[in-house]
Amino acid sequence: MKASAGGYARANDLSHAMELLASSDGSGRVLAGGQSLIAAMNMRLSTGDMLVDISRLSELSGVTEEADTLRIGALTKHVEIGADPLIRAHAPLLAEAVTCIAHAAIRNRGTIGGALAHADPAAEFPACMLALDAIIHIQGSNGERSVAAEDFFEDLFETSLEEDEILTAITVPKAEAGERQVLQEIARRSGDYALVGLCLVARSTGHWVSLLSVGSTPVLAHNAMTLLDQGDVDGAVVALRAEIDPPSDTQASAGYRRHIAGILLRRAVAQAKGEIA
Amino acid sequence: MTIQFGNPDRPNSYIGKTVPRPNAGRLVEGRGKYVDDITLPRMLHVAFVRSPFAHAKILGIDAEEAKSVKGVLRIFTGADLAEICTPWVAVLEHLKGLKSPPEYPMALDRACWVGEPVVAVVATSRSAAEDGAALVEVDYDPLPIVTDMMSALDATTPVLHTELGDNLAFQRLHEEGDVDSVFQTAHKVVSAHFKTGRHTGVTPEPRSILVDWNPAERQMTAYHATQAPHMMQTALAEHLDIPESRVRVICGDVGGSYGIKVHVYPDEVATAAIAKIMARPVKFIADRLESFTTDIHARDHEIEARIAVDAEGKILAIDVDDWTAIGAYSVYPRTSAIEGNQVVNLCGGPYDFANYRAKTTVVFQNKTPTCQYRAVGHPIAVTVTEGLVDMAAAALGMDPVEIRRRNMYADDVYPVTSPAKMRFEGLSHHQSMDKLVALMDYDALRADQAEARARGVHRGIGIASFIELTNPSPFMYGIGGARISAQDGCTVRMDPDGSIVALSGVTEQGQGTEAMLSQIVAEGVGVHPENVRVITGDTQVTPYGGGTWASRGAGIGGEAALRSAQALRDSILEVAAAMLQADQASLDIRDGQVVDTDTGAQRMPLEELGRIVYFRGDTLPDGLPRELVQTRHYITSEYPFAFTNGVQASYLEVDTETGIVTLLKHWCVEDCGRIINPQLVDEQIRGGIVQGLGGALFEEIHYDSEGQLLNGSMADYLVPMAGEMPDMIVGHVETPTKESALGAKGAGEAGTAGAPAAVMNAINDALRPLGAQVTEMPFTPERILRALGSIED
Amino acid sequence: MTRIFADQIDVELTVNGEPVEARVPVGQHVIDFLRQNLGLTGAHASCEHGVCGACTIRVDGSSVRGCLMLAAQLDGADVWTIEGLSDSDSIRDLQEAFIARNALQCGFCTPGMLVAAEELLAQGGVPERTAIREHLSGNYCRCTGYEAIVDAVETVARQRAGQVQSGKVRA
Repeated sequence: MKASAGGYARANDLSHAMELLASSDGSGRVLAGGQSLIAAMNMRLSTGDMLVDISRLSELSGVTEEADTLRIGALTKHVEIGADPLIRAHAPLLAEAVTCIAHAAIRNRGTIGGALAHADPAAEFPACMLALDAIIHIQGSNGERSVAAEDFFEDLFETSLEEDEILTAITVPKAEAGERQVLQEIARRSGDYALVGLCLVARSTGHWVSLLSVGSTPVLAHNAMTLLDQGDVDGAVVALRAEIDPPSDTQASAGYRRHIAGILLRRAVAQAKGEIA
Repeated sequence: MTIQFGNPDRPNSYIGKTVPRPNAGRLVEGRGKYVDDITLPRMLHVAFVRSPFAHAKILGIDAEEAKSVKGVLRIFTGADLAEICTPWVAVLEHLKGLKSPPEYPMALDRACWVGEPVVAVVATSRSAAEDGAALVEVDYDPLPIVTDMMSALDATTPVLHTELGDNLAFQRLHEEGDVDSVFQTAHKVVSAHFKTGRHTGVTPEPRSILVDWNPAERQMTAYHATQAPHMMQTALAEHLDIPESRVRVICGDVGGSYGIKVHVYPDEVATAAIAKIMARPVKFIADRLESFTTDIHARDHEIEARIAVDAEGKILAIDVDDWTAIGAYSVYPRTSAIEGNQVVNLCGGPYDFANYRAKTTVVFQNKTPTCQYRAVGHPIAVTVTEGLVDMAAAALGMDPVEIRRRNMYADDVYPVTSPAKMRFEGLSHHQSMDKLVALMDYDALRADQAEARARGVHRGIGIASFIELTNPSPFMYGIGGARISAQDGCTVRMDPDGSIVALSGVTEQGQGTEAMLSQIVAEGVGVHPENVRVITGDTQVTPYGGGTWASRGAGIGGEAALRSAQALRDSILEVAAAMLQADQASLDIRDGQVVDTDTGAQRMPLEELGRIVYFRGDTLPDGLPRELVQTRHYITSEYPFAFTNGVQASYLEVDTETGIVTLLKHWCVEDCGRIINPQLVDEQIRGGIVQGLGGALFEEIHYDSEGQLLNGSMADYLVPMAGEMPDMIVGHVETPTKESALGAKGAGEAGTAGAPAAVMNAINDALRPLGAQVTEMPFTPERILRALGSIED
Repeated sequence: MTRIFADQIDVELTVNGEPVEARVPVGQHVIDFLRQNLGLTGAHASCEHGVCGACTIRVDGSSVRGCLMLAAQLDGADVWTIEGLSDSDSIRDLQEAFIARNALQCGFCTPGMLVAAEELLAQGGVPERTAIREHLSGNYCRCTGYEAIVDAVETVARQRAGQVQSGKVRA
């Protein structure tokens, strides 16, 4: 189908983008890479949007080192994240995630900020944010604010972003020496949304386990994390299956997803220990 | 002249060689011309408002707001179009009892499936038409629905078309021998319940039609992505009351068909009716989302089946109870009963056995209509047959290759008639199996499987023999009253410079029809294929024919081309003999030259002959025929169908923790008779296999109990992509049909026919040590884990 | 509604090396713009939700889904379509390999497939068949079964790496 947009304006810089959003009478829609938004517009799932195109804002793109963290600009494209040496060295989970996201042409335009703001529970980056204990940086008309990833994702395609706010960057802690970051997922075909996916980050301070495609938001598996911290993998698998409430759809049932989540946790632990590739 | 096919060094030996496709160069440069690439002056676009309900009475339509959209010019209801377009009833007389109600281009007062067209909005752009369509208000009153196939005939189920009395569209029982008593006494009986997923074709180019009506000439021109332009010419003429001579259907490049584009679709006829009313070109390009609810579906079957074998593995009897649900209408003009009928015709096909019973029950429901899609019925029949044979082998502790060898028709018994009453002229099951076993190095593969299993890796080998129905005669449709041509024609002419033009009724959908025809005509006339220009897909210039479906292009269209080419050769040589004062029998045409047959000495280039005939005819003897153009039509007559055969094998790995199946390799040996272009045949096989693999692993349309289609996008309906598909080894045996000089049978269905069964058998081979078995397609990770008992709900 | 947001946007860009100026409706995606406004019908609109890859073109050096980018976003862009890539002979070897190997049947997916394949080939080296399959896994072909396409791409990679002579393609 053909998209039905309400209007379009290209932002020259962040403050211009904020002005545009403010002037949109609540119909504003931030257009970044557009790889989800334009598909939704073409399907007429989203109509009448006043598009604020921020894709040219170079100040929102790129990866920089800040002491113990990496700052990733919201407009950094998937392809750039996959190839970035800082990401590969300090947040390898994100580089691994990129290999699972759709296909090359999508990765060439899709942005990490767009993926997070879209908040698809089946997407990789939102779950990665939880497992990495990332901070989401947001510009609003009243200034900047930062939100912990776990507080950012509120419901299906819903985040704590207000209508007049733009996600500008993410910071993630740099991986410690010896830290393992693992992504395991099951998809029917290469590049498909995962039936279930699981991120495991094993740090000196503890384990972080997050999942995708098991609910209306990406979820942190707190009980499983606690049991992993205690070295109880079997217990963690049982706890994980008990603490998630996955959906059923045409691809798989809740029962399948729950079962697979446990399998993926075992595989992730084995991979983190170097037992499997 | 008889072609010495056995001699590869014969003159003009183009049949049997890989030559490049004449149209490929254009397509790789983006110079294809698909319907949506065509823009005509004053062209309009139509978008349809479609029923959101599976079954509802249409109480009223309010289009006032839609009319106010900039660019929207006119809005049509079903009643508007019914004034100039007659309805159709898709039945065939030879399918006794088949019934279906009249169907109009758009719903009149009742919509019967989600997606049925209800209102047409015509605008200056597709975008404006969609804006208008979004504003049309239709007042629906939902009616009781029938969605479930197996309860469609229950007394408590609502009847979809009350005037028909019940939801039974068609039923056929075929019985041969004494099935019941054999099952009572047989050494082993194995039964299983199979399901094949409801598919759709997902042609890369959506359905597309652009129709122009010139009222002054009373001429309709339809640019149509179709497999059967003459059939469409006939259908548009009949239902829009235009002489056939005034309907021109032009079929340029078509972006994939696979059976999807061989039907008369209501929205396409509606587009033609609108063009006739508005007297302007009107374009309809199906959107991908509406394609999922309006392209025909297929393969929605549930089958209970059993097999009886003796202690030596000999098949004693097969008993099949097939059910299929075809949506709300039988599809015009092929009907939706053929698929079930094919299951009855094809089950047990490769095997020499005596007692056979098969019943198909075809029911209506409030879903998208189903109809013929690539390898119609074959994947279902092969799955049932080969699944049962493998289960019987396992029950007997017999190797799957061995049980097939013990039962396949011997290669020297032909002609023979099967228990389904199919007549086989000549097949090569044993030769094909031998070749397959050698190609795949069966014993080594079994050793690899055992080694993997020792490591806890579950690999499986699956074999599937099959027969394939090709080159259909009028027994398929024509005898039932459908105006679907089983014959086809070709006109071949020589232009003054000696170059050749061939006009054929079969069409190019990408399988290489034009290359194949150029080779045949080149060999038949005696010129290089590059000097043959092939024209297809224009009813105004090509001889009337059936088009391209049921693997008939090479066998029927190719034979017509050969005969017309040889007739042209004779005409040329008659003139040459007069000019050279030679005996016509002593002359031949080779590489565009008239030569002495014995010595090969060049006597005259065709260019010179053309110059004399066309420009200096005064120098030729009076009364000498000078028609350097010949037309021949061909139809099969000895056999209703030319059956082919083949066998496939799949090697795969099952991750028993996740249920994910990884295809490692695939083999196919098939016998399509005379091979005209080996590369084109191989790629038909490969493409067909992958369509079959899609059915085995991915493809399934889901509906909920309200008749809502749940996965109608390409993100949700999964088709095979490059990442998961295996490399495929293809081999051939050649048993030409003796019905034609060319000897070609079809190859388009073979890959799709056998691949799903090969995969099923391979998965079950992998799972057998774990006591699990799957018979419901597609074999999703979830279905595999459920078979293994891994999932707790 | 405020005039800040326009429903038509002026864009200046380069398409196949030629300058283009246009005023486009804001909802129009790139592939409709190229096909309907510029007559560049080589790449196709098929699924229009970013899955099938038939609309794949090159924008600013990268492969892009033409249906998932708005024409309004093209200002200043450098766009290449199959028409320009053909005219400039820049993928002639790949096109010839596709023909020789019959790596296309209906041809509908082919322009997008070629752009996707060229992006992989431009990275240099001879990728494994699995890597070729993975890279092309976002481009739907219903006709070929993919193997011939993988063969053609592999052959060109070898040719460009000097491993085989140009024109020799696995039959």
